[in-house]
Amino acid sequence: MGISWTRLRAVIVKEFAALWADPRARTTLFIPPLLQLLLFSFAATLEVRNVEIGLLDRAAGAASTELVQRIAASGNFAQIHRFESPIQMRQAIDRQEVLAAIVIEQDFDRKVARGEPASVGLVLDGRRSNAGQIVGGYIGAIAGGMGAELEPERSRAGGSSVVVNWFNPNLSFIWFNLPALIVVIVSISALAITGQVVAREREMGTFEQLMVSPLRVPEILIGKMAPTFIVGMGNGVLYLVAAQVVFGLPFTGSLLPFFLALAAYNISLTGVGMAISAASKTQQQAFLGAFLMTNPVLLLSGFSSPIENMPGWLQVLTYANPARWFLQISLGSFLKNMPASVVFSLTWPMLVIAVVTLGSAAWLFRARME
Amino acid sequence: MSEAGFSGRRLMAMVGKETRQIARDPSTYLIAFVLPVLLLFLFGYAINLDSARANIGVALLDDSAPAHSLALAYGQSPHFAVRVERSVEPLRQAMIADEIRAIVVIPQDFGAGEARGAPPPVQIIADGSQPNQASLTAAYAEGLRRNWAMNRAAEAGPTPAAPISVNSRVWFNPGLTSRYFLIPGAIAIVMTLIGTLLTSLVIAREWERGTMEAMMATPMRMTEFLASKIVPYFVLALISMGICTTMAVVQFGVPLRGSIPALLLVSTAYLLPALGQGLWISAATKNQFVASQLALITSFLPTFLLSGFLYEISSMPRPIQIITMIVPARYLIPSLQTVFLAGDVWSLILPNVAIMAAFGAFFLYRCLRATRRSLDR
Repeated sequence: MGISWTRLRAVIVKEFAALWADPRARTTLFIPPLLQLLLFSFAATLEVRNVEIGLLDRAAGAASTELVQRIAASGNFAQIHRFESPIQMRQAIDRQEVLAAIVIEQDFDRKVARGEPASVGLVLDGRRSNAGQIVGGYIGAIAGGMGAELEPERSRAGGSSVVVNWFNPNLSFIWFNLPALIVVIVSISALAITGQVVAREREMGTFEQLMVSPLRVPEILIGKMAPTFIVGMGNGVLYLVAAQVVFGLPFTGSLLPFFLALAAYNISLTGVGMAISAASKTQQQAFLGAFLMTNPVLLLSGFSSPIENMPGWLQVLTYANPARWFLQISLGSFLKNMPASVVFSLTWPMLVIAVVTLGSAAWLFRARME
Repeated sequence: MSEAGFSGRRLMAMVGKETRQIARDPSTYLIAFVLPVLLLFLFGYAINLDSARANIGVALLDDSAPAHSLALAYGQSPHFAVRVERSVEPLRQAMIADEIRAIVVIPQDFGAGEARGAPPPVQIIADGSQPNQASLTAAYAEGLRRNWAMNRAAEAGPTPAAPISVNSRVWFNPGLTSRYFLIPGAIAIVMTLIGTLLTSLVIAREWERGTMEAMMATPMRMTEFLASKIVPYFVLALISMGICTTMAVVQFGVPLRGSIPALLLVSTAYLLPALGQGLWISAATKNQFVASQLALITSFLPTFLLSGFLYEISSMPRPIQIITMIVPARYLIPSLQTVFLAGDVWSLILPNVAIMAAFGAFFLYRCLRATRRSLDR
């Protein structure tokens, strides 16, 4: 009952043809990845720029005017709306016209002039508390800087620190997004496209024809997975090239370990896609199953938010997620010149996962055929 | 042909048929009950922007008492899990292997400089490959160093306060819990899933199975046909909305400061464009595979990326900011966040509801045009 290479080749060719036959299905293989490349790389930023803030200046003296000018000149804010009353301020925050409002009390100038500690009020919108915190940081730094110029000797005591960012000196989000996108795109092609292949045959009634053909189960399985595996690798390469050519992101690591890791990642998820496909009766179910898997795979990878912020039990769960390992490899290979030994030590968990997912896919598939 | 008139009786029969069809499919229960719970659970726990304990390294290059005291302060902080080394190199390796997020370098003449009253600056090296984490960790590390310096100065004698300080208050979410605004966003994603992704398959399936032609041979009008597809999914989506809201309040402790009618109004207004978009895609593509991919790209992805759910719209490049204006979820998420955290702020909710309803009308009109009685298209 061995695998026949002639039969295997025939079934791979047939599956490729099936994937390629519908021109619209063909475009869905490549257009969405390109769209995602553009959207993700530019839109997915946790930076806070160009926000609108408000100002309730009850002092309107020299010091408060100076502070407001410094804030306006910092370039972090698109516009500063001036309010006449607390009610106006309340309404603007309620309606989300401003993310934050600065409140300068009447005695601000007097205190600054006398050299007493003065404070500025800042109201933040807790519906966007992450952005609010960052705005609070900007304004705190500006106020601190102005204070340091007013009272240099008082501020110098206590030393200082210098912050350096390795691997991405300007903390550019695109540098993080592009390597992370390879993780996203391969997971989508491996799960969503593989998820459909068996379910479609079953819905169209051609699955029975496959069963009566002389093909063996492993041959059908490999034949079904080969095209999406290759599409996934192709999209991965496309992104790898685009990151360097279009976005100028250097790839500092070595290519061979990276590609081996990419293949391991791709296979482990293709196995999941296949298992979903074999378990589903209709395309809607398969689509849903694939979608249901894509979410944990991406959310538990460290892409949208870091793994160390998750509760402990969820962190343990991420070990079973191939995307967690490959995200580290991709970021490391692009930005950190990650040595091959480290890449391999992060690759073997994916190989273990691949054995499990392929095994369960084969088992489910066989159960369906009988 | 009884093309004239919209028949309530025919509609009820069709809704009954659709409902039975949905109810017979066990995956429906998965979608209506299991999926919202699972997704909300995942989004609620997995996405957390509040920095927890970070792994950092301390490179202790100086052997003086103040240097050890500072290293100890890092070691005792609940914000950091610290690995101390005598040089930077092993920590650099650890950072490459993604084991630590930052390195605090306490320089060689730190103790001597401190004795002179002019300590050399401490270097904080952050792992820039994760930009958000890098700036947060660096800010925490510097904050700890400043506190340590202030405490030491306080031991030596009283210190005056900073000349100008900022006194922040956070409205609606004083604890700055990111979950409180992420959960309403996650609810929007669940509604998009049920509204658009599921419905994107329903008409395409009829075409693929050939039952669309049978449908056309009946006296039913196309408006009735569409309404029969919308009503069951609308009800399904509202049920999951109820489950999500209950979970948000009970499981995650998100406050619900607004009223239930406001919540219902906002959800209903969003379901119009969500269902309309799904059905339009379905009617226009007539192919389940293409429809599902198109729905994923045009609804789920924008809801995740371009709605302000996680990423600030104002920080995006101008052309992308313009694209966000045609993403219906962009108007849902602030409304949901407001109803949950701030209350019934009608001056914010009503304009958003109107925009969503307008999108809904447009999509449903397009959908009606796409399902004209015609086989040769």
